[in-house]
Amino acid sequence: MMDRRLIENFDWSIIWVLLGIICIGLLSVYSALYPQIRANPTHNLFIKQIMWLSLGFGVMFFTLFLDYQKLKAVSFWLYLATVVLLAAVLVVGKEVNGSKRWLELAGFQFQPSELMKIVIVIQLASYFSTQEMTSYPPLKKLLTPLAFVAAPVLLILAEPDLGTAICILAISGTVIFFMGIRWKYILAMMIGVIPLLMPIWMTVLKPYQKRRIEILLRPDLDPLGAGYHIRQSKIAIGSGMLWGKGFLNGTQNKLHFLPEKHTDFIFSVWAEEWGFVGCLVLLVLFGLLVFLSLRVARRSKDRYGALLVVGMTALILWQALINIGMVIGLLPVVGITLPFVSYGGSSLITLCFAIGIIESVSMRRYVFQTR
Amino acid sequence: MRFSRDGHNVTKIEPWYRRLMNVKKKKADNLQLLNWEMAETASFQKQYIIVAGVMFLILLVYMARMWSLQVLQGATYRYQSENNRIRLEDISAPRGIIFDKNGVPLVENRPAYHVLLIREDVQDLDGTVRELARLLGRTPDELFAVLEANRTTPKFLPIRLAADLDRDALARVEAQRIRLPGVVIQLEPKREYRWNGTAAHLIGYLSEITESDLKQESYQGYVQGEDVGKFGVESAFERFLHGKRGGRQMEVDAIGRRIRLLDELLPIPGRNLWLTVDIELQRLAESLLEGKAGAIVAVDPTSGAILAFACSPTFDQEKFVRGLRKEEWQALSKNPNHPLLNRGSGAAYPPGSTYKAFMALAGLQEGVITPETSFNCPGYYEFAGRRYRCWRDRGHGGMAVERALIQSCDVFFYQTGMRLGVDRIAQYVSMFGLGERTGIGLHGEHPGLVPTSWWKRQAIGVPWQKGETLSISIGQGYDLATPLQMAVGYAAVANGGNLWQPYVVMRVEGSTPVETDEIKGKLRRTIPIAKKHFDLVRKGLLGVVEDDRGTAHAVRDKSFLMAGKTGTAQVVGVADGANRKLLERMAKGKTRDHAWFVGYAPANDPRISVAAIIEHGGHGSSAAAPVVQKVIAAYLKSESAAAPSQ
Repeated sequence: MMDRRLIENFDWSIIWVLLGIICIGLLSVYSALYPQIRANPTHNLFIKQIMWLSLGFGVMFFTLFLDYQKLKAVSFWLYLATVVLLAAVLVVGKEVNGSKRWLELAGFQFQPSELMKIVIVIQLASYFSTQEMTSYPPLKKLLTPLAFVAAPVLLILAEPDLGTAICILAISGTVIFFMGIRWKYILAMMIGVIPLLMPIWMTVLKPYQKRRIEILLRPDLDPLGAGYHIRQSKIAIGSGMLWGKGFLNGTQNKLHFLPEKHTDFIFSVWAEEWGFVGCLVLLVLFGLLVFLSLRVARRSKDRYGALLVVGMTALILWQALINIGMVIGLLPVVGITLPFVSYGGSSLITLCFAIGIIESVSMRRYVFQTR
Repeated sequence: MRFSRDGHNVTKIEPWYRRLMNVKKKKADNLQLLNWEMAETASFQKQYIIVAGVMFLILLVYMARMWSLQVLQGATYRYQSENNRIRLEDISAPRGIIFDKNGVPLVENRPAYHVLLIREDVQDLDGTVRELARLLGRTPDELFAVLEANRTTPKFLPIRLAADLDRDALARVEAQRIRLPGVVIQLEPKREYRWNGTAAHLIGYLSEITESDLKQESYQGYVQGEDVGKFGVESAFERFLHGKRGGRQMEVDAIGRRIRLLDELLPIPGRNLWLTVDIELQRLAESLLEGKAGAIVAVDPTSGAILAFACSPTFDQEKFVRGLRKEEWQALSKNPNHPLLNRGSGAAYPPGSTYKAFMALAGLQEGVITPETSFNCPGYYEFAGRRYRCWRDRGHGGMAVERALIQSCDVFFYQTGMRLGVDRIAQYVSMFGLGERTGIGLHGEHPGLVPTSWWKRQAIGVPWQKGETLSISIGQGYDLATPLQMAVGYAAVANGGNLWQPYVVMRVEGSTPVETDEIKGKLRRTIPIAKKHFDLVRKGLLGVVEDDRGTAHAVRDKSFLMAGKTGTAQVVGVADGANRKLLERMAKGKTRDHAWFVGYAPANDPRISVAAIIEHGGHGSSAAAPVVQKVIAAYLKSESAAAPSQ
């Protein structure tokens, strides 16, 4: 039997904001794919995206029934399994464009690094909630969670998938920051990362991998590749001006200048057709989503729930910030999708799962209310 | 404790230090711990504020950026998006120049003009292609085929329709280009072989990169249509010669005219190479081989530097740069004279009597012969009921090692070989670098062959026959060596046992003079044979030329002392009693023996070691020795001219 309070505490505002973002996503993906759809209506990625969305909502719905407390018991095993999958990718993974990211299971392609984004949050939240912690944990207490983060990050870097690795670092960093961390540790870590990365740079990476990262950080090194994409993306966004060119009227879009326009560069499609006003709407929606999620965290009944929600929020927030930052030319170009807007299955399902967890925590905050 | 508006209870936030003390106090009490957790959840407040603050700060920055892009610069971008396109242009890096040791350019670059088509700018594709075909003197079908092959290329990227235009075609296209939007002329440096065909096997050639090459890691950064070294130095030093291509983003107008440079990455030119060979000596060596098949390899016995590397017949390197047509390739690869074969290091021949110097050193060092040991040569050696003949039917009579070398007595070395046995022979001969690659680093080096009893069981599956030791003792049978190996091996005899790794590039020059790498010779090993044995063998080798009865006495040059050894490599074994001359006439010379000569000079202070093989040349003394003598004479003369004080 369903507890009445479960439904009462469901946070509808999050869902409304989410639907707004998803609508923007569908409009943009349709627009980005429009030349293709017109040329060949049978090969329709837009329909596929709607199918992915339905599947995502299914996953979200399923997550609502899951008592997130039960995740605590299995979190370590879940974590371990995902690390093993990440290692497996390096051995038997499918290579696309020079990096191994996908596992093929019974005809389905699946990206363990996407799963890791969720699993690391669950693992860190479980760890911190079982440890006795003061608001500024000593460095000793931080070594274990740092190890939890380091293992998958190194494996993902080896794929290589810098975007996802950075994303996981940012998510974990946010969770650890939430547990309370002294500024001097943050400072020390920032300085400490450099000597840590140097040996990796010198030994592990092959020259062509180094080159790829160099281009990533400085697109102008590759004016025919990354540099070209960034310039075209800026023209698309800038030419949108205040009100945009209107739905399906983006001209940059028709030039097929970006091979990833419906995935990583979807924001520039939206910005071209809906202008500054459209961008503002999307940014505000993302801001609202984060604000509402943090409200759930604040109201959650325990540290574990709060950390879970914070982690899941960080997942959405950082991915959005990194993606938009790269598309508007403020951050280096790494392959990262815009949550709920970009085309793509695995990322959508991961994100729906994250929203499901947030709602699940929100629904189960009644325990203390009655006391 | 108070109740908030939504009935949710909230603990008043305490400063962290007070909380810290409370934790210690309440630790034991479970219920209270729960309460503390609740309190703490709420007390994340500070972190919420920081996270929300950071987020809004970032969003603010993003909004400012978008304001700047879309509102402040919006009109500019709108203009760019509507009226202009960005074109990507590739700037290829000029390949490094190859000089000879004196700085004479052997390989340079010349400008080549290609016709490119950017389909997105073309208004009437069919008409444009037909017009271009007319201007270029090609059939439209040819050009349509190129377009078809590049169908999947994005429309904004240029496709190369015709490469390396001649001046007339270039002028015709250039004159009509205004009427042909989307047609672009591209200037690219192209390889030019100044002395086309000279040292072709050493320098090598370029050819267009293949699909499978592009997938390899060593070709990262290469693009379709680019030339890569496929042979010789061009291939071995590819990573130095190639440089790094650049590119630029150009703003162009609606008909493809360039308006403004947006971004540019300048190419890094390839690095220049200085070879160890002297073009004059090289040309002399090649002229000596004209009309013949064979090779001459000269090395510096004090360093291993290659001084000349001539192979004949040779081939046209320019043809490869221009792109070989199918029938041209067929003609080259099926030519019975094998012009593409690198006879200097890629082909191995039985070394014949040139082997005897190594045999003598092996016998002396192992003590199976002494300088005085004398064997009688009646013109043959009898073993297991068979007669193994000496080249001189009348025989040489009794002779010791020095005279045996001078007169190249087979019987003496049969006996020495029998005393050593196949495996000891192999051990010594291998020390001189035979049977293994010299490490010169050129494409397709032949390792040669030094047979051992183990090798025969493995490779042929039959145990070693003692009689076979006799043939290998005089460099026949299974023995195989390349001219390069012989030149290097004799250089080791000449310098008293230092075996060098031969090299052809002495300097890699950077784009700036500072970036210069000098390459020094590498000593592979010092051969453990006593100096007195080397001295004796060198005396014998000197006698080959200087002694009245030496086999190469005819090429004696009064101006310097030359030492060396003749050799004759049997092509076909001739049965006892058969008429050799008749056989040769029947096969039009194709059964004639290969003629060898390996020598060095000046004998007392060797500065050059030369090996020459003339295929089907007959006797080493008459066919190969004069060639070596001329190369050495020319080299020593140029050397003394360069350094008159010496």
